[in-house]
Amino acid sequence: MIDLTGKTALVTGGTRGIGKAIVEALVQAGAKVVFTGSSAESAEKAMVAFAESGIHTFGLGGDVSDPEQAQKVVDLSLEYLEKIDILVNNAGITKDQLFMKMKREDWDQVMDTNLGGVFNVTKAVIKPMLKARYGRIINLGSVVGSTGNPGQVNYSASKAGLIGLSKSLAKELGGRNITCNVIAPGFIATDMTEQLPEAQKDTLISQIALGRLGEGKDIAGAVLYLASPLADYVTGTVLHVNGGMY
Amino acid sequence: MSDVAERVKKIIVDQLGVEEADVKDDSNFIDDLGADSLDTVELVMAFEEEFGLEIPDEEAEKITTVKIAIEHIQKALNG
Repeated sequence: MIDLTGKTALVTGGTRGIGKAIVEALVQAGAKVVFTGSSAESAEKAMVAFAESGIHTFGLGGDVSDPEQAQKVVDLSLEYLEKIDILVNNAGITKDQLFMKMKREDWDQVMDTNLGGVFNVTKAVIKPMLKARYGRIINLGSVVGSTGNPGQVNYSASKAGLIGLSKSLAKELGGRNITCNVIAPGFIATDMTEQLPEAQKDTLISQIALGRLGEGKDIAGAVLYLASPLADYVTGTVLHVNGGMY
Repeated sequence: MSDVAERVKKIIVDQLGVEEADVKDDSNFIDDLGADSLDTVELVMAFEEEFGLEIPDEEAEKITTVKIAIEHIQKALNG
């Protein structure tokens, strides 16, 4: 098993879905974890639910698309954790619509959170990581960033953009022992994929070699790997965890 | 040599891994001391920490030599 005792992590968007599974896995591996939710209420609620299942962690509310709130989240996390070894940029939203009907604000909101949020949080974390000469930045992309998907011009563009961001960061920071990688989940059973029409879900499953939707823990496993010493020589890469769907 | 100058030079030696004898007043961080652009950002971070200063990005860009760093910090501390 991967042991992250003594390591600390900040996970954005950790109240539900893939983020929740990531928080659980990191805590179970021994890391001290702070997670964020879009509001103080959702973070608090999730923190209580985690505690009830024996997962001790600290939740903060904050909209990462806002640079000031992102900075505040990181400042508070550093107070609690003292250092941030692992940053998991997981917070993301969808505003699906056929391109013909997509409003500019649907584009902007998705970009501001999925790409701008990663910029904001990483920017706030990077100085302490540089000083520590250690960092593991893990950005959550998506299979649709590589394949495209009807109705997701905004979302898929944001996730493809994340790959360029991560590869550049990997090059800038490699000399300082900071790695930056992307995990690109396929279709994982979460609230986000729950919204898809049944027919579309069936079509999707038929495209998955393993014949089923993924689970949060499938992605959490990839996070543990990239956060661990096993992946010390891995940077600027995209790890596809999608049951074989291309 | 002033106390500030000594502390600045010590940071440069530590941060860039250069010999103290090579750190002259007119040494340029990039051209003479082999720093890359990220090294210069980190140097300024180290100065900020050592002297309890905030050096804005547009000021930091101008700090390219040992002498300029010392002068800038002395000015900031006295201002």
